[in-house]
Amino acid sequence: MSMTTPPRLRLDHVTKTFGGVHALSDLSLEVAHGQIVGLIGPNGAGKTTTFNVITGAYRASSGTVLLDGHAVTSEPSHRIARAGIMRTFQNIRLFSDMTVWEHLLVAQPHTGSFARRLLPMRFSNPKTIERAEEVLEFFGLGEVRNRMARSLPYGLQRKVEMARAVTARPKLLLLDEPVAGMNHDEAETIRNLMLRLREGGLSILLIEHDMAFVMNLCDHLYVLDFGVLIAQGKPDEVRVNPAVLDAYLGQAA
Amino acid sequence: MYYAGLLSDIGILLLGALSVYIILATGQLSLGNAGFMGIGAYFTSYLTVVVGLPITAALIVAALVSGVIGVLVGFPALRLKGIYLAMATLGFGEMVRSFFQNFDAMGGSGGFHGMRHVSTGYIWSWAAIVLVVIMLIEASPIWLEIRAVRDDETAAGLVGLNPTEIKVGAFGCGAAVAAIAGGLFAHHHVYIEPNNFSFERSIDFVLAVILGGSTVAPGALAGAVMLVILPEYLRFLADWRFAAFGALLIGMLLVRRQGLLDRALLRFALPRSRA
Repeated sequence: MSMTTPPRLRLDHVTKTFGGVHALSDLSLEVAHGQIVGLIGPNGAGKTTTFNVITGAYRASSGTVLLDGHAVTSEPSHRIARAGIMRTFQNIRLFSDMTVWEHLLVAQPHTGSFARRLLPMRFSNPKTIERAEEVLEFFGLGEVRNRMARSLPYGLQRKVEMARAVTARPKLLLLDEPVAGMNHDEAETIRNLMLRLREGGLSILLIEHDMAFVMNLCDHLYVLDFGVLIAQGKPDEVRVNPAVLDAYLGQAA
Repeated sequence: MYYAGLLSDIGILLLGALSVYIILATGQLSLGNAGFMGIGAYFTSYLTVVVGLPITAALIVAALVSGVIGVLVGFPALRLKGIYLAMATLGFGEMVRSFFQNFDAMGGSGGFHGMRHVSTGYIWSWAAIVLVVIMLIEASPIWLEIRAVRDDETAAGLVGLNPTEIKVGAFGCGAAVAAIAGGLFAHHHVYIEPNNFSFERSIDFVLAVILGGSTVAPGALAGAVMLVILPEYLRFLADWRFAAFGALLIGMLLVRRQGLLDRALLRFALPRSRA
């Protein structure tokens, strides 16, 4: 990247308070194009709050969120999503009574005019269908396409949620503990999917508790504790940072 | 003549039920659709009797006007959920009724007449067109978006759907359909008074949807038929028929909460469609 290209995502001195409590204090971070960046820290450190501020679910008390250099702070959620930021949730949030296939269609509201979207599905933009097929195959969900998404096993539900998030070709993907509760093999599948998504040029910001998972995957790490950024750097640097060790060991003690 | 009267009642109730169904599909319960119906009834009658428009044109204009009012009502409704929204819409319906009660230019509490009677066939043309259009929309991407918003507004917003647009739009469409029901009601009975559009009317609409099936549009049809025909069949019970009807209703809700028709039943009845 040349010096003049703004990073994919930049948080500039973002603070979020609830009442008098500082959930996030003066947080600045960057996600470069095509990088996987990890956001780690003990419980209650403000990781999910960071996601909520980025996606517009919460409004930042101060500071700016920039996507490709354009401020998206205080835009409504759906505009931020359409600008290119998609996310998944720690507690999976799939739509009830909707098949896997329908999840991939509903995530592409931008691919047809209002009038066209009022017509029955078979008149939809062929590109919408094509894209849904492509994503279905990428995530290996072809066999369960007509199953109700919520009736699937946990690991598959996580995949459907990720698939829904990437269908609209976002610029930045926010993953909130994508391998929580998964066994080693399942986590490995998710890791490979993330690496392949990165190859495709997608930038990913990741919240994860599993340190081993993060260390082997991320290009850069940010460590939060009590809403404050206490360390950042390459995984190897962060691993030996005394402040990080203190935050994690302090919590374990 | 008697059956034609019942059929017309079913057609009008079907439209009223569909007006509730559209709004309910986005997760909002309106107990004030009789208000929109009243607006449609009075406005259509004014247009045909005073202005001299043909009935079809008058209905379309009244539907558009009511739709705009529906959108205006839809915005404050965004801030309310569940039972609070139900109460607010109930208040809206009563407000409209009492407005016409005091609106002497259209007869006030004495009512308004002078409309020309419309045939059962005409009423059913409208009912059928609206029902078919809604069923077609149910097979469209927009309907998926509506379902997503009803189910999880936050998640819907985060995949790029605009919940405000969808919920307010549904209110507008529901209000327009209710106005058509009102216009047809006025030209079927050729006399209207404010009490035709009271709270009980709104409840009838909601009942038809809940009885017939609140998850598919044809449910409104099944519900309208049941709501009009059942009390007739229960006539032999004389004064007890409404009690019997109430018992039937409770039984239905206990046994089949989603109402008579649902997607599974329709799929069973129409095996050709894979949907």
